[in-house]
Amino acid sequence: MRRIAKDERTRIRLTLNGRARSAETEPRTLLSDFLRYSLGATGTHVGCEHGVCGCCTVLLDGTAVRSCLTLAVQAEGRDVRTVESLAAPDGALNALQQAFQNHHALQCGFCTPGILMSFTDYLKRNPKPSEADIRDVLSGHLCRCTGYAGIVSALLEAANRIESR
Amino acid sequence: MKPRPFDYVRPEMVDEAIAVLAEYGDEARVLAGGQSLLAMLNLRLADPTVLVDISRIAALDEIVDHGDTIEVGAAVTQSRLLAWPRLAEKLPLVAAVLPFVGHFQTRNKGTICGSVAHADPSSEIPLALAILDGKVVLRSQRGTRMLAAGAFQQDMLTTARANDELITAVHFPVLSDRRVAFREVARRHGDFAIVAVAALMEGKGAVRLGVGGLSGRPEVRSIASTNGSATRDAVQQMAAELEGYDDLHASAAMRRDLLCRLAPVVIDEAFRCAA
Repeated sequence: MRRIAKDERTRIRLTLNGRARSAETEPRTLLSDFLRYSLGATGTHVGCEHGVCGCCTVLLDGTAVRSCLTLAVQAEGRDVRTVESLAAPDGALNALQQAFQNHHALQCGFCTPGILMSFTDYLKRNPKPSEADIRDVLSGHLCRCTGYAGIVSALLEAANRIESR
Repeated sequence: MKPRPFDYVRPEMVDEAIAVLAEYGDEARVLAGGQSLLAMLNLRLADPTVLVDISRIAALDEIVDHGDTIEVGAAVTQSRLLAWPRLAEKLPLVAAVLPFVGHFQTRNKGTICGSVAHADPSSEIPLALAILDGKVVLRSQRGTRMLAAGAFQQDMLTTARANDELITAVHFPVLSDRRVAFREVARRHGDFAIVAVAALMEGKGAVRLGVGGLSGRPEVRSIASTNGSATRDAVQQMAAELEGYDDLHASAAMRRDLLCRLAPVVIDEAFRCAA
């Protein structure tokens, strides 16, 4: 049984974007803060810190979850993927990212990392989503710039491209 | 905001978890999916001494088909039950309500039992458990007991769980009459419902109506007729009895009005449901 006292800093090990990473932290540290402050992976954004805005969404063992509603210690030993994992090492955008660029699906870009990670999971489970399916999953994200129209077009295009490969 | 400091324990066996609960009592909080609890910790609405993380107890991560009931363990997430291949066949009402529980991203981590434990008066899973007359399994070092949903949830965020007890599973009964319907009114899809209404057909011409968002817990009534003025009268009487409550989202009068408008539609949908 894992036991950590409240003021005890323990080393948390996990796999981040395919690489073994670790840092010392307290039990109360949120996964979102652990990624940003302890591991320096600042692509994951933090908006509301109570699970509503969706900016902090990451993949935990391949599943899209809120990193602000997850403790770092809960991700111990598990596989975490963030927006930094999407582009190729040479910086080439993946199909999902490219579709966002094509459709002007972002303005300030604050909400974008979370949306990209949600749909990285969702499009694997449902490769042929309807617009209604997309809007349903998108309801877990708040975008204050775009009005969502560009995001929906981008996701429809991305689904087509990924499916036709 | 960030949570206040707390001790963290992550048992791998149920016996370890209930030993910690026996030791700490009301100073402990059980963490499963954390989709309500982590938000409450971040907002400092909850301030436990110790957090007992049961999410890695393999024995709790099971969906068991007992024939007449489906047992869902305390670590089973909402999306896992939603993806269970026999869900629509065995538990059509649960299949109807789950898409309204939070969002895709929160259902991936939030658990069925966690929602029952949290006991929000307008949340969908406790409503489904109540109208189906399901059961909650509570374990402690003193033994195991099974409570009917109606005896478990007592009021807003208030249940019959003792401080040393762990909810290990809930049981959803499998009904032979599969005619069901569900609707809710919310500000935004995935938000907590202002009013939620579920209906189950009970043999010829009778219906069981379950209502969330009108009082501190889900309310269930049997109504002898499924259409016409008798049904409307029964729904109006239920609205008057339950009264409703005022909050940021809706007044008590609006909640009563929503129930009176929504319930006949839901009853009619259940009646026509050919499933």
